[in-house]
Parts: sequence; structure tokens; C-alpha cells
Amino acid sequence: MTEKIAYYPGCTANSYAKYMDSTAKTVMQKLGIELVELDRWNCCGTFYGLADDNLYSQLAPIRNMIRTLENGFEELVTICSMCYNTLKRANLLFQSDDEKATRLNDFMYEEENYEGNVRVYHLIDILKERVKLETIREKISNPLKGLRIAPYYGCTLVRPKEVSIDENPEKPTILSDLIFTLGGEAVEDPYMTECCGSYLTVKDKHLVADRTNKIVGSMTRREADIILVSCPLCQFNLDRRQKEARELNPSLPEVPIVYFTQLMALAMGVDHKELGFQDHFVDPIPILKKRKLIASKQKVAAKVSK
Amino acid sequence: MTFVKLSKNSKNIQFREKVMELAGDDVIKCYQCGECSGGCPEASAMDLLPNQVMHKIQLGDESVLETNTFWICSSCLVCSARCPKGIDIAKVMESLREIKLRSKKSYVELESLTKQELEELPQIALISSFKKQTQ
Repeated sequence: MTEKIAYYPGCTANSYAKYMDSTAKTVMQKLGIELVELDRWNCCGTFYGLADDNLYSQLAPIRNMIRTLENGFEELVTICSMCYNTLKRANLLFQSDDEKATRLNDFMYEEENYEGNVRVYHLIDILKERVKLETIREKISNPLKGLRIAPYYGCTLVRPKEVSIDENPEKPTILSDLIFTLGGEAVEDPYMTECCGSYLTVKDKHLVADRTNKIVGSMTRREADIILVSCPLCQFNLDRRQKEARELNPSLPEVPIVYFTQLMALAMGVDHKELGFQDHFVDPIPILKKRKLIASKQKVAAKVSK
Repeated sequence: MTFVKLSKNSKNIQFREKVMELAGDDVIKCYQCGECSGGCPEASAMDLLPNQVMHKIQLGDESVLETNTFWICSSCLVCSARCPKGIDIAKVMESLREIKLRSKKSYVELESLTKQELEELPQIALISSFKKQTQ
């Protein structure tokens, strides 16, 4: 029987990163878990509110906890790193500060009282702890052999340490483990946990271009073919801002930035046309063809003629 | 050699207290090791380095509110993770942003964004920027 788990997509997994959402659902289905999208989910707030006297920013994430219980679940999983960080931190605050918890419940008097009993996970948590990497390995039909993949954690998957998906936030290995499971080669780089510039991309995009130049540049010096991310904002910054980064550094090579769910789906034999690569600024198809992970046109034509 | 004269001016003390109230952390604990500035990926774009901002707040110097440091901070939390005194410096930066935003001073003006930018940028970028940089 398929296990069901409540799923929080967040705003961007329904729009800009829609193929992150669709490939996550496909992959999890193959692994025997159905991601059930929450009814009436609302914005997580994107960033955990850091000001101590401002409880407003905790309302949105806590409402999603209440929705989770209404939907009959006690666990909530998300794929966007920023949603994960915000939801998990708000929930931790609620669980650890009774006075703030009471004030939040009082403010949301029209809702059922929340008692802090929802557990928040990132999909990578579920893959490692519940599904287990060995199970994923059994489902691999197109191992990513020869593909040099640089994992990029960014900030929100590993900081602060209370919500880190890896026990070592300064040098995490969980994404490398996943990459090895998919048959690829993990290229670990010191920049893998450095900020991409995040929302500065709106007003100070030159700063983000500089970050992209440093991060992508360092990873290509280690001969990475492709960079793996789990956050739509990291994806946007490292992918789209390569255009501006190349104005700073014309010799910066073009490196595709893909979601972990896209590479999982590819390794599990999903047709590459369903992975949404057409939406990327830097097209991942050429390098995947070069590494013989998707059939090139000539070969397909040859097969047809046979 | 120059000396800094510690002020007993109540305005300076009020400013320091306000920051500490919002940040919930004792900025007095900072002993200027510079670890925050060393790890900060955006330090080179900042008017004042994070450790310099910490020092100015200790002195109750409100001129930090006129620097770009806290607007350039993208809350990546490297400083907070590495501070040997356990100060959540990202929260201190947030408190400076909050003080500005609560006095109706935005960093990003919605009107200044072009149609092309609005179409290109994903929601996650716009919402997080509006949350952190607009009143």
C-alpha cells in the first residue's frame, strides 16, 4: 500500500520551479510514497522572521501546521529549502516558547488551537531516513555514470544547526550520498554552503552575479559538469544570473543548475522531455548527451531505421 | 592613537537597548574577533563590516542606520553559526532593518522595478525581498 504524506509545495514550486514539483511527485510515486498536497496551504513567509518582538511573521507558517492537522496528517514535507527552513523554525519556536505559542493561538482565535505536534521534514530527510538510499539504488535504471555533479546546499538546508538536514552543517555530505546513490560522481566544493545572494537578486543583482561567478567558477575549476540544488531561488540565481556573471568574467563556462528531483527522475528512467530542462537558462541536455545519459538524436534515428 | 569616548547620552543608550530588544541578544558580549566579517560572503560590498556594526551598536552609535550593511545582509546565518560568543548577528542585522522599516524607510521601491524584472523574477525572490527590504 502506498504511504501518504502531507506535502507543502510553496509558491515557486507551483510556478517557476514547477518541474521540481512534478519530478518530486514522480520520483516519490516510484518509491511508494504519495505526496498529498495540503488543502488551503498559504505562503510560508519565505524567510523566518528574526525580530523577537514581531510575531506576525510566524502566523503564516503556523497556519500551515494547522492545515496539516485538518488534512489528517501529523507530518509535513516540503521540497523548497526556504519553505523548509521557515516552517521548521517557526514550528520549533512554537514548541519551545509557551508564551509566544499562547499569543499566536490567541491571535488566530478562529482556528483550532495548535499544540505544536506537527513534524516538518525536507524531502531529502524522508529519502535518507525513511525511504533509505538502498531502496533508491534498487530503482535506478539509468545510473548517472561519469556525470560530475557538484552539490550546492546554500544556506537554508544547513543553517541554523537546529534545522540542518545534515549533522555537520559546515561540511554536509547528505547530497553527496544521494549523488553516489544515483550513480554519479560528487564534486564537493567549499562554496557548496555559501550564500548565492538570495533576495538581493531583486535590487542588487550585480552582487548576485558576483556570487554566481565565484560559486559556479569554483565548481567548474573542480571540473563539475552540473550543479545540483534544492532551492528555486538558488536555482534562479546560479542559473539566470550566469548571464550577468559572464559580463564580469567572460571565461566563466556555462554550467547547468538542476534540482535533485530532476536528476533522481532521470536516473530512475523518466524520459528527459518530462524533466522541464527547456525552462533552464543553461540547457542541461548537451552535457547529459555527452555523458551518454540521454540518447542523442542520431542514435535514436539509427534505432528507428533498424 | 584615537580614543572612543563612551557616551552616557540617553539617546545612545536607548538605541542600543532597542537593538537588543529586537535582536534578543546581548551585543555587549561581542569582543571583536572578526569571525563574522571573515565568513560573510557579502562583506566586500558593505560600507561597514559586521563586526564594526557590532562595535558601533555597543557604543550606541545610530549612524549604523545610514550604512548599507544590514540591507546587503541576506540572512545566510554564517556569522551567527560561527560566532564564538554565540551572538545571533543575523538577528542584529534584522533589528536594524526593522528599525528602518518601522520608520517607513524602504530599501526596495516597488515602482522602480521594471515590467521585465517583475516577469523574470520568481515569486520566491520578490516575496523575500519585499519581506526584508520594504516597509
